[in-house]
Amino acid sequence: MRDGETAYLRLEGITKRFGNFVANDSINLKVNAGSIHGLLGENGAGKTTLMNILCGLYQPEAGQIYLHDRAVQITSPKVAIAQGIGMIHQHFMLVPQLTVIENIILGSPLTLRLNLKQKSREILVMSERYGLSIDPLAKVGDLPVGTQQRVEILKALYRQAKVLILDEPTAVLTPPEVQGFFKVLRQLAAANHTILFISHKLDEILSLCDHITVLRRGRVVGTTIAHNSTRQDLARLMVGRDVLFHLEKAAQSSDHIVLEVQNLQVRDDRHLNAVQNVSFTLKAGEILGVAGVDGNGQRELADAIAGLRPATAGELILNGQLITRWTMQQRIKRLKIGYIPEDRQKMGLILRFSIARNLILKGFQQLPFCRNGWLQRGAIAHHATQAIQSFDIRATSGKLRVSQLSGGNQQKVVLARELSGDPSLIVAMQPTRGLDVGATEYVQQALLTERQRGAAILYISTELEEIMMMSDRIAVLYEGRFVAILDAATATVEQLGLLMAGSPAGRLSP
Amino acid sequence: MSDSAAFLSDYLAASLRLSVPLAFAALGGLFSERSGVLNIGLEGMLLTGAFVSAATVFYTGSVWVAILAALIVGGLVGLLHAYLCVTLRVDQLVSGLAINLSAAGLTAFLSRLVFNSKTSQPLQGLDAIAIPGLSQIPIVGSLFFNQDPLVYLLLLLVPLITYLLFKTSLGLTLRAVGEYPRAAETAGVSVLFVRYLSVMLSGCLASLGGAYLVLVHVKFFMEDISAGKGFIALAALIFGRWHPISTVLACVLFGATEALQLRIQAFGLNIPYQFLVMLPYVIALFALIGLAGKSTPPAALGIPYVKESLDD
Ligand SMILES: Nc1ncnc2c1ncn2[C@@H]1O[C@H](COP(=O)(O)OP(=O)(O)OP(=O)(O)O)[C@@H](O)[C@H]1O
Ligand SMILES: [Mg+2]
Repeated sequence: MRDGETAYLRLEGITKRFGNFVANDSINLKVNAGSIHGLLGENGAGKTTLMNILCGLYQPEAGQIYLHDRAVQITSPKVAIAQGIGMIHQHFMLVPQLTVIENIILGSPLTLRLNLKQKSREILVMSERYGLSIDPLAKVGDLPVGTQQRVEILKALYRQAKVLILDEPTAVLTPPEVQGFFKVLRQLAAANHTILFISHKLDEILSLCDHITVLRRGRVVGTTIAHNSTRQDLARLMVGRDVLFHLEKAAQSSDHIVLEVQNLQVRDDRHLNAVQNVSFTLKAGEILGVAGVDGNGQRELADAIAGLRPATAGELILNGQLITRWTMQQRIKRLKIGYIPEDRQKMGLILRFSIARNLILKGFQQLPFCRNGWLQRGAIAHHATQAIQSFDIRATSGKLRVSQLSGGNQQKVVLARELSGDPSLIVAMQPTRGLDVGATEYVQQALLTERQRGAAILYISTELEEIMMMSDRIAVLYEGRFVAILDAATATVEQLGLLMAGSPAGRLSP
Repeated sequence: MSDSAAFLSDYLAASLRLSVPLAFAALGGLFSERSGVLNIGLEGMLLTGAFVSAATVFYTGSVWVAILAALIVGGLVGLLHAYLCVTLRVDQLVSGLAINLSAAGLTAFLSRLVFNSKTSQPLQGLDAIAIPGLSQIPIVGSLFFNQDPLVYLLLLLVPLITYLLFKTSLGLTLRAVGEYPRAAETAGVSVLFVRYLSVMLSGCLASLGGAYLVLVHVKFFMEDISAGKGFIALAALIFGRWHPISTVLACVLFGATEALQLRIQAFGLNIPYQFLVMLPYVIALFALIGLAGKSTPPAALGIPYVKESLDD
């Protein structure tokens, strides 16, 4: 940061503890008015904690916050709002049962007349000004995540936030949405808003931010100017070692067909056909990447193969056995399928359970974890200790609640459970979502090791680069259909992008 | 007036009388549960209100002081429930149950001290006030416009609460706290304050239902006079999907069933009376079965809110 320039927002010596654990260790940070400041760090480095302190949700044990060189005490979110600080949380803070407009005006001063109609008009004017189009009367729970995010931003702007904190805002957006979103942010910065931006995607941070601060284990390990840095520099600062951005993998060789899917058809929660006529085969030691914009049937496809959702037509054949109509219990007992669901917090884990219990969710009815109906504490604890070691889960013991772990470590718990017992088929859906570069590398390496062992892997992701890097073949899912299955070695990003958008142009090339 | 018309207006009046305590209690439950705090203590709150108003009117002779006393004590019981559930984060079912059991025991004990069993002379009650003109309309007139002030209050409360809930910022805040308290907090709302206020209001309203029971309906107090009305109110709340209008309508349905049941008993049909007494409860049960899966409670109902926690 240049000297002489006064910072709009300044943090001095901020420290926050949870019990014995120091989540933020005397953090100093300066952010200029009208700039976009990036915040980077591993999962659990303390980024969200620091931002929660800024927006009044957490109280720090020590330290001082300055706004425009004026010391401020942010004792509650109400105070933060009054000081012009608005935060868009990693997990959205929107009430799904309420409408957009109700969410936006929630918490504004008491009135005996909400006058939603007039407020809707105001919001519409505002949304046009910032290019954030929304329908004020829609129920938030019915909106796609990209739109929910716009609501969050409008909510902050409606409260006239001068400082905008964005905690991993792009994790749920598709590439075109991200571009539109960045345009809005640049526009806001130009209008002298101060923006704090958290992301695990190094390219995004590099292209969007002016300055970047890196946290590691609760401390600031460096602040750099974006246009003087590279991905490698940032990754090294973050995890303290070099990170591989390119994975080496041996050629796939086996001819054994593990999974055969024929004309699969699956309905979504609204009973509409979400997957239609999908057919493919998957060989041992092969990774089939499934690319596509979110919401094109990925969830239903994965659920159907894992057995969580019935197939309304078509057949699933695993290792020569027809399993289409098998129940979940049968599948768990007699098949080896590993399933890494899209949402680890809602589907992959029981957050209030300990690590040890989460690890036995699939096997708790069987030996060695259960004998004659009694849970075997010793075996369960031992299993947890082993998993913590071999998957490098950063936790002091297996008794820790999963809710206390960082995102990356939560994902490792899911991996530890789903990859145990050498599954022959693995369905991985967005397995690196929200993970830092180190954890991403870890998850990808773990899956490649499984591939090497001979597992067949269905790798579903909305991140094109990741799909290209991991897959042997790539299928493109568009409106519930496989519009193409390409060889990963020859497919290009442009071609995949066109196919994902539903354009037939990409299909002509090999 | 013909016999059947007299019977009808009589039946409707009885239905209304039996619905009013339910409706007060259910509206009370609505506030508590909309804010995310389970309230099975409605029964105890209703009973408390009944006793307090009976004892007050017994000593002071003033129904208005009795109603005021019921409101205050009801609010205090609500405060206790809020303290247990919101601040101490005791299991909300356990807290409600404790309130019911304590209320049953305490009122039984105190009623023996106050009324020393011999006095079965009726207490002073609340008189009906006929609204000139309107009360002359056949059937409807005497049903709605020749009632006591508490019924008028209830008729006023239903649209008022509906407006409050859906058209004011207070109502919006209340609903948000019951659905997603963390989101409400980040929007600058004090979750604790909203929950305390709602649960206390819940106590006041349920207690008012008890006051109606004593001051208008039966005009004396006896042990366990609430007889499960708080629980029926809870069923009405679920059946009414936590919406004030449909909740009160559900109360009317249960009240009408009770009135019907009493009339069938009076006819002396050859049905064991125990079955008839069960009728309103059976209707409540079937209503809930029919609604299974369709009625979604506030998402945060029953879950204590902890600041600085990661558990949601
Ligand atoms: N309320 C809390 N109670 C206990 N521990 C907490 C709490 N909030 C955070 N922690 C712990 O503090 C550490 C920092 O968490 P934080 O959420 O700030 O990380 P982060 O940098 O945002 O990570 P991610 O990239 O995964 O979002 C983690 O180890 C987490 O488990
Ligand atoms: Mg975070």
